[in-house]
Amino acid sequence: MGEEVKLFRSWSSPFALRIVWALEIKGIEYEAVFEDLSNKSPLLLQYNPVHKKVPILVHNGRPIAESFVILEYIDETWKQVPLLPEDPYERAMARFWAKFCDDKVLTSIWSAFIKQGKEQEEALVAAAENLKFLEKEMKGKKFFGGERIGYVDIVLGWLANLVSIFEEIVGLKIVDERKFPLLYSWMQDFAEAPIIRDNCPPRDKMIVKFKALLDAAIASSSSSSK
Amino acid sequence: MEKEDQINLHGMWGSTFTKRVELALKLKGIPYEYIEEDLSYKSQLVLKYNPVHKKLPILVHNGKPIIESLIILEYIDETWKNAPRFLPDDPYERAKIRFWLFEGVGRVVTTDGEAQEKATNDLFEKLKVLEEGMREFFPGGSPTPSINGENMGLLDILMCTLFGPYKIHEEVVGIKMIDPERNPLLSSWLMALTEQPVMKEIKPPHEKLLALVHFIRQNALQSSVP
Repeated sequence: MGEEVKLFRSWSSPFALRIVWALEIKGIEYEAVFEDLSNKSPLLLQYNPVHKKVPILVHNGRPIAESFVILEYIDETWKQVPLLPEDPYERAMARFWAKFCDDKVLTSIWSAFIKQGKEQEEALVAAAENLKFLEKEMKGKKFFGGERIGYVDIVLGWLANLVSIFEEIVGLKIVDERKFPLLYSWMQDFAEAPIIRDNCPPRDKMIVKFKALLDAAIASSSSSSK
Repeated sequence: MEKEDQINLHGMWGSTFTKRVELALKLKGIPYEYIEEDLSYKSQLVLKYNPVHKKLPILVHNGKPIIESLIILEYIDETWKNAPRFLPDDPYERAKIRFWLFEGVGRVVTTDGEAQEKATNDLFEKLKVLEEGMREFFPGGSPTPSINGENMGLLDILMCTLFGPYKIHEEVVGIKMIDPERNPLLSSWLMALTEQPVMKEIKPPHEKLLALVHFIRQNALQSSVP
């Protein structure tokens, strides 16, 4: 049976990277289609007309968009190396933490990076509050998935490589090793896992990209009146 | 083999999120105990079961809490596998439904003036996209009471609990949110859903809900005055 799996991604999108990691962990053969998001291909627009974003997984010609939706689809279709736990309660917990990671952790850390002044201070406080919950969740576990990488680890994975980039650019500590020792060591373990290490965008390129994003944000906020 | 299952639902009578879970439990024929929680004074149980968000609804199954209404719905479907099923069996069909899970009404009820106008426009945009997207699920055009034609699933539950109180929204805000002219498909789908006997069972008393929504709106408007 010919399986055709294509992943529409950009070189830097952390959401697309989740799908790369999931496919690699499960040993699924796929073709990566790199998109220039400033010049989207007709195929991307055809496969994701609603959001026009990456990632998009196309399996035997059928497109799926939204990283959480794609991850569940992958787990249900290719049953080796399961990402989500089998028990319904554990699954509900994993889904909860994944949502928490995106809704709260990602948004607060992004704000801490991209905002200035008081807004940045507030974002840092919110980020620390949110990280505390994750730190607690990590007790007794190597990964959120237990002994091996699972769904929540993949969803939070951006923390392992992006946060140090943010910290370097802004000159602020966001995940303090002393305050969040478990989370900090998770970040090392995750980043060093072979599949993750071999599938991360180049750090120097990321620094350039995010510095440019920050410069643009600062420029637009200072040119607008308060 | 028959073990006594203890299912408790902590909720708020006027909340659409609580209604979703109530509906799901009733559709599956799952016996449960309902505990009304006062949002202004969070009980010890709420704080214990949902320390992260301190929000309702919370489903407690044999002492284990599950939170976030959509996550609860999937948990119910995965734990009680009897009909009706809330999601189809096929992974691609499931992905299609999951893609369309949305959070609806936003700030339309709690803002005024310009902010309300913007929120309303955002909602109408979302509804336009939803109207287009739902055509795929109702190929015949005129919808059956539910997407799979047999029983209410995830999207049906979401749709009728979010927009079921449309008469109240209209009275309080003076805006027709689901207009048969603007959204013919959504409108006829909603009408078909609200006619279902189980919907009439969970519907809160009109006057009581009207008073609550007025109250929420007044509170929100007053607190936004500098």
